[in-house]
Amino acid sequence: MDLRFTDAEAAFREEVRAFIRDRLPADTRERLRLGHAPRKEDTVAWQRILNAKGWAAYSWPKEHGGPGWSAVQRMIFLEENLLAPAPELLSFNITMIGPVLIQFGTPAQKARFLARAANLDDWWCQGFSEPGAGSDLASLKTSAKREGDEYVVNGQKIWTSTAHNADWIFALVRTNPQAAKRQEGISFLLIDMKTPGITVRPIISIDGSHHLNEVFFDDVRVPVEQRVGEENRGWDVAKFLLGNERTGIARLGKSRERVDFAKQIARETRAGGRALIEDEGFRQRVARLETEIKALELTQLRVVSAGGKRADGKPDPFSSILKIKGTELQQAATELVMDAAGPLAMPAWARELAALGGEPPPNEPVPGPDWAARAAVPYLFLRAASIYGGSNEIQKNILTKAVLGL
Amino acid sequence: MDFEYSDDQRMLADSVARLLSDRYTFDARRLYLKEGSGWSAALWEQYAELGLLGVPFAEAHGGFGGGAVDVMMVMEAFGRSLVLEPFLASVVLGGAALRHGGTAAQQAELLPRVIDGSLKLAFAHGERQARYDLSDVLTTAARDGAGWVLEGAKSVVFHGDCADRLVVSARTAGDRCDAGGITLFLVDAAAAGVARRGYALHDGMRAAEISLSGVRVGADAVLGPVDGGLALVERITEAGIAAMAAEMVGAMEAMHAMTLDYAKTRQQFGKPIGSNQVVQHRLAEMLVELEQARSMAMLAAMTLDEPDDAERARAISMVKLAVGQAARFVSQNAVQLHGGIGMTEEYAVGHYFRRAMVFEHSFGDSAHHLQRIAATVR
Ligand SMILES: Cc1cc2nc3c(=O)[nH]c(=O)nc-3n(C[C@H](O)[C@H](O)[C@H](O)COP(=O)(O)OP(=O)(O)OC[C@H]3O[C@@H](n4cnc5c(N)ncnc54)[C@H](O)[C@@H]3O)c2cc1C
Repeated sequence: MDLRFTDAEAAFREEVRAFIRDRLPADTRERLRLGHAPRKEDTVAWQRILNAKGWAAYSWPKEHGGPGWSAVQRMIFLEENLLAPAPELLSFNITMIGPVLIQFGTPAQKARFLARAANLDDWWCQGFSEPGAGSDLASLKTSAKREGDEYVVNGQKIWTSTAHNADWIFALVRTNPQAAKRQEGISFLLIDMKTPGITVRPIISIDGSHHLNEVFFDDVRVPVEQRVGEENRGWDVAKFLLGNERTGIARLGKSRERVDFAKQIARETRAGGRALIEDEGFRQRVARLETEIKALELTQLRVVSAGGKRADGKPDPFSSILKIKGTELQQAATELVMDAAGPLAMPAWARELAALGGEPPPNEPVPGPDWAARAAVPYLFLRAASIYGGSNEIQKNILTKAVLGL
Repeated sequence: MDFEYSDDQRMLADSVARLLSDRYTFDARRLYLKEGSGWSAALWEQYAELGLLGVPFAEAHGGFGGGAVDVMMVMEAFGRSLVLEPFLASVVLGGAALRHGGTAAQQAELLPRVIDGSLKLAFAHGERQARYDLSDVLTTAARDGAGWVLEGAKSVVFHGDCADRLVVSARTAGDRCDAGGITLFLVDAAAAGVARRGYALHDGMRAAEISLSGVRVGADAVLGPVDGGLALVERITEAGIAAMAAEMVGAMEAMHAMTLDYAKTRQQFGKPIGSNQVVQHRLAEMLVELEQARSMAMLAAMTLDEPDDAERARAISMVKLAVGQAARFVSQNAVQLHGGIGMTEEYAVGHYFRRAMVFEHSFGDSAHHLQRIAATVR
C-alpha cells in the first residue's frame, strides 16, 4: 500500500496545473472565484481550449479522441480544473452523451456527434426528469409513437439544466405503454432543439439564476435513426449513463476551492477585534472541513483505483458514498463562504449591480466588496446538489440495498 | 410558570391571522415584492388600523400597552406569511430605541406617528467593517455649537431606504472598538448629507447602505446618554433578536406544514414519499427543532425586561443560537424534501429558506453567539 501519488502522477498534476494557469482567461477565473456561474461563452471557450490540447474528452477511449488517461489522472485533471477555478467541462457532452454513443451509438451517430460534442459545437442537455418522474424515473410519461421512419414525441420534461443554451437534447421517452415492466417500454432519443413543436420555458431558481427549464414536446417529429440502442431498451442506456464515469461526482476540487476562498475572506475581515482567520471557532470549522475533504479524497482514490466498477462490471455502489459525502462537503464549503462574509452575505448585491448595468449612481453609497457580491449565491444553488443526480436519500437507499443487503 | 395567553393576546393573534390569511397569500406577497418599495403600503395602513404598530407602546402614546409576548405573537404570524413591511425596523428596533433611550419629549413627538404608521424608523448601526461587533463604530459625531455633525457610513440597514427617521450610532469619543464613546442620534433621512442606496436582500426584504457626510443635527437629536450608547444598542439588538426569533418560529411552522403536506401528496414509486421512514423521521426531527425554537422564542420574550444585563445577554445569545440552528435544519430539509420544486422561485418554500438564511446573519450569527455564551462558562 502506498497512499502517495507516484512521481509520474505528481508530474502530471504539475503539467495540468501549468497548462490551466497559462491558458485559462483571467477574467473567467476571477468571475468563478467570486462565485459566479460560468457564462455560456466562458464554458464554450474553455472547453475548446482543452479540446485543442486533446483533454476535453478526458474520459473517452483514445480511438474516440480521448487522451487515454488512467482513472487517477482523470481525477487529478478534474480536480485541478475545479481548483483553478475553471469552468467545468459540459458534463452532458463529456460524461453523458459521449460515452453513451461510444457504447451504444451507430457508426453514423458516432461520426455525426462525437467530435462536435467534444468541441462543444453542439451543446447537449438531458431530458430525463418529468413532473411526475423524479426519483422514480421509470414512471416517465413523455410518449413517442412510431409513424413510418419517424417518432412523434409528445409530453413534458422538467428541471432540464441549460436547455435554453442547448442545440440537442437526449431524452427518455415511452415507446411502449403496454410493456409488462415500466422499464421495458422506454427508448432513448436524440432530438434537435430546433425541431418544430419544442418549447422551452425558464424556471428561475432560488439563487435568482436561470439554469433550469421546462421543455414541452408537441408533435415533435424525430427520425428513427436518432434513437440510441434498440427500441424499448432505452432504460439500459440510461442506466449505463447514470452509472458511468463517477470520478468527478464528489467535485472535491470545488469544495477545496471554496474553503480557500472562505479563508481569503477571513483574512480580510475582522471579527472580535482581530482577523476572522484568527478566530478559534472559524479555524476549527475550517479544520473539520479540511479533514473531511482529506478523508473523502482518499475514499475517492480507492474507488477510482478500483476502476469505478465492481468485478461484475456493475457500477460500484461506493460511488454513492462519493455522491453523499461530496455534496455534503460542497454544501458545507459554500456555507462557510457565506458565513465568512457575515452580514454582507445578506444583500443580493449582484442582482442589484446587474440591474444598474454595473455602475451605481455616483451620489449613492457603493454596494459591498467584490467578495461579498455573491457570497451566498453558491450556498443557495448548491442546496440542489443533494437533490440532483439521484438525491442523497436515494443514494442511501442504494447503499442499504446494494451494499448492506437490507 | 404560565404558558397561557391572555384573552387580549388571543384576540390580537386572531385578528392578525385573519388579516394575513385574507391579504397575504403567496401570490399577493409576490405582487407586494414587485412594488417600488418592496412592500405594501396598503397593508401598512391596515396594520396601523388594527393597532399592530402600537403593540409594544404605552397607551398614553396611543399604543396597545402590550409587551414582548404580544410582539412575539405578531412576529410569529408575520413569519408564517413572510410579511415584508418594515415592522421590525420601525416598531421593534426603532421602537426599542425610543422606549429605552428616548426622552419624554422625543417619545411624545415620535411615538404617536410610529403608531399611526405615518413615520417610519430604521436602526442605522451596522458598518461594513464591523461584522457582528456592536462596538465597532467608525462613524463619528463631532460637536458643532450646540449640535453635532455626523460623518461616516452605515451598512445593511433594514428598511433604511424607506425610513423617515434614522437611529444612527456614532462615535463621540474613543477608538474604533471601544465600548465607551458611542452615542445614538435621531437623524432625518431627508437631511442634507444623507445618501441612501436601497436594495433587496436575498429574501426580498429591503435594506440600504447609507452614507452621512457633514450631516448636522441639533442637541435634541441625541438619543440616550452621550458616550454611553452601547448599552442602548445592545437593548435594541436584543429586541430585534427576540422579534426575529418569533418570526422564525412562524416561518418554521409554515415550512414544516408545507413539507408535511407535500410528503403526504407527492407520489414516487407508487406511494407518497412520506411513506418512506427516512422522510418520516426527517419530518419528526424538524418538529423537534421547531418546538425547541418555540421554547427559545418564548424565553426571549420573557427575558427582554430582565434587569440584569449579563443574564439577559446570555439568554438572548442562547435564543439566537438555538433558533438559528433550528432554522437552518428545518429550512434546508424543507427544500430537500421538496426535491426540484423546492429549488424554485415560484414555490413558497424557497422564500422561507432564504428568510432563514437572512435570520442567521442578522444581529450576530450562530458562531458569534456561541462564543458569547462560551465566554460565560465558569
Ligand atoms: C439544479 C437541478 C438540476 C437538474 N438538472 C436536471 C437535468 O439536467 N436533467 C434532468 O433530467 N433532471 C435534472 N434534475 C432533476 C433531478 O434529477 C430531480 O430533481 C431528482 O431526480 C429528484 O426528483 P424530484 O425533484 O421529482 O423529487 P422527488 O423524487 O419527488 O423527491 C422528493 C423528496 O423525496 C425523497 N424521496 C423520493 N423517493 C424516496 C424514497 N424512495 N426513499 C426516500 N426518500 C425519497 C427525495 O430524496 C426528495 O428529498 C435537476 C434537478 C435540480 C434541482
